[in-house]
Amino acid sequence: MKNYLVKQKDNLITFGMVIGAYIIVEILMQAGLISSLLKGLLVPLCAYIILAVSLNVTVGILGELSLGHAGFMCVGAFASAFFSQLTKNSISADWLRFTIALIIGFVSAGIIGFLIGMPVLRLKGDYLAIVTLAFGEIIKNIINVLYVGRDSKGLHISIKDAVSLGLEPDGEIIINGAQGITGTPKDSTFTIGVVLILITLFIVLNLIKSRDGRAIMSIRDNVIAAESVGINITKYKLLAFSISAALAGVAGVLYSHNLNSLMATPKNFGYNMSIMILVFVVLGGIGNMRGSIISAVILTLLPELLRGLNDYRMLIYAIVLIVMMLFNWAPAAREYRDKLLSKINFGKKKTVEAVEGGNEDGNN
Amino acid sequence: MSFINYLINGISLGSVYAIIALGYTMVYGIAKMLNFAHGDVIMIGCYVVFTIVSTLNLPMWLGMILSVVLCTILGITIEAVAYRPLRQASSSLAVLITAIGVSYLLQNVALLIFGANTKSFSSVVTMDPIKLAGGALTIKGETIVTIACCIVIMIALTLFVNKSKAGQAMLAVSEDKGAAQLMGINVNATISLTFAIGSSLAAVAGMLLCSSYPALTPYTGSMPGIKAFVAAVFGGIGSIPGAFIGGILLGIIEILSKSYISSQLADAIVFMVLIVVLVVKPTGILGKKIQEKV
Repeated sequence: MKNYLVKQKDNLITFGMVIGAYIIVEILMQAGLISSLLKGLLVPLCAYIILAVSLNVTVGILGELSLGHAGFMCVGAFASAFFSQLTKNSISADWLRFTIALIIGFVSAGIIGFLIGMPVLRLKGDYLAIVTLAFGEIIKNIINVLYVGRDSKGLHISIKDAVSLGLEPDGEIIINGAQGITGTPKDSTFTIGVVLILITLFIVLNLIKSRDGRAIMSIRDNVIAAESVGINITKYKLLAFSISAALAGVAGVLYSHNLNSLMATPKNFGYNMSIMILVFVVLGGIGNMRGSIISAVILTLLPELLRGLNDYRMLIYAIVLIVMMLFNWAPAAREYRDKLLSKINFGKKKTVEAVEGGNEDGNN
Repeated sequence: MSFINYLINGISLGSVYAIIALGYTMVYGIAKMLNFAHGDVIMIGCYVVFTIVSTLNLPMWLGMILSVVLCTILGITIEAVAYRPLRQASSSLAVLITAIGVSYLLQNVALLIFGANTKSFSSVVTMDPIKLAGGALTIKGETIVTIACCIVIMIALTLFVNKSKAGQAMLAVSEDKGAAQLMGINVNATISLTFAIGSSLAAVAGMLLCSSYPALTPYTGSMPGIKAFVAAVFGGIGSIPGAFIGGILLGIIEILSKSYISSQLADAIVFMVLIVVLVVKPTGILGKKIQEKV
């Protein structure tokens, strides 16, 4: 019971942190203290946070490595942007259209996650990682050759070029191959982004606390033991994987409705993006949702804050990444850090150890 | 005739993938880590040749030797500085992320020194093309050299691993680090040696790759690196013949789907074949099936 209360309090701190950050940013924005560059970064930042939290479900709670998270985001982004384009003129209420778009993004990415998860979740470790990476690239490639147009006769689909759609003169091209979708209504705002982060956190934190969540974590800790007490491995693996994918789809909706032209480039939906999200998760602490949020914020803002250094900023980013990983994870560095901490504060040593012990449990 | 031509091109590209995949597979076998920076070592090797030959106007052979030497040193350094401290870390993800960091680092160092402009790499192969079947079939010199290199490296490496003492030590370390140490094998030195061999092969692969596809940018190594990694998994990661088979197959599939189906979808097809293979045979074509014990 005490443990439960501590967890509850922990979750409240996470929610409070997000809301507090939102209020501070809003105040700063009213006061005109935030540059337009940073303002443009706020909605993508919300999308990255949702992505990091959702990937943490796969990596931290289920304990499987996924390198194709951007693929699910891509599915959600394109499915919802396609819907918004189709109904731009028929549904006039922005909030209604965006709500439906969110549901479409959530469901489509979830279904794809389920379909992908069924065959591949029986692979282990690095094999699963490479298959998810491959899947992300496939999604990106297919969307890059997909052409969809609409005219009075209905929808036309082609994977060759825009001409072979055979549209009537009144038709319009909705998905234009590598040019993607242009003119998506800009429905995403910072406020909506924060609300979606809170909903995502609510879903994920409740999942961890629930019976299903405990079943998923038991699979992570020991598959054979979990199976022998009657836990349905396939069901719970698929559940966690699909939820993770569906939430990534929501991030995709947020991301796509912030852009005027949505293209599936290697930069935004390629494996580099998947790896960037994984970096957020690992640096923030595997299985630790609050850590994911903090590291997503820091690592997104870091290159922007270093913009003054121009050419050197990505170099510094890389060095910071390596040094932080070495400092956080190398056994020698950990020992040194513990020694330092115990010198500074004698009483706090125990808690440090307790926290690190918890981390180690979470990584098997 | 065009089919045979495509097939030969596929085998040539596959040979490059196979040589890169060897680096991945050996490092994975011994250190149980995915060395994401491997692809960028290739790119650094190419820039070394480019600088020496095109900028400094020195002879080609010097460039090739220096490229191999520098890449070997680079590989050993990366392992010692970035990977070794994390070998005992509680999470295997830590070293993966560090490898990604190293990959970013190498790309950005190259970007700073050489700029983002595409450099045109002059071929290291001086052999004339061979005409067969009365001129209907032309095989480029680069293609022949690449395939020959791959076969020679494959044989040499298999002999080295199975016959030499250092090679046996590598096998022992990949089997069980603790036991190998008790038998008097220097584990750190053996892992360094593996990285050295992998990185020198990366330099060779880079030269061959850029001789056939001469556009050199700081991101040249990243996609072939990923593909070679796929090839290693395809053939069964940790297995040297597996890397060979996986690489060649991947090259053939890529070139054939580029020529006959769609050049834009070629990558998607390659990855789809990988998924199908892994779903049917979860440890790759030549991978060992390890029974999990309770």
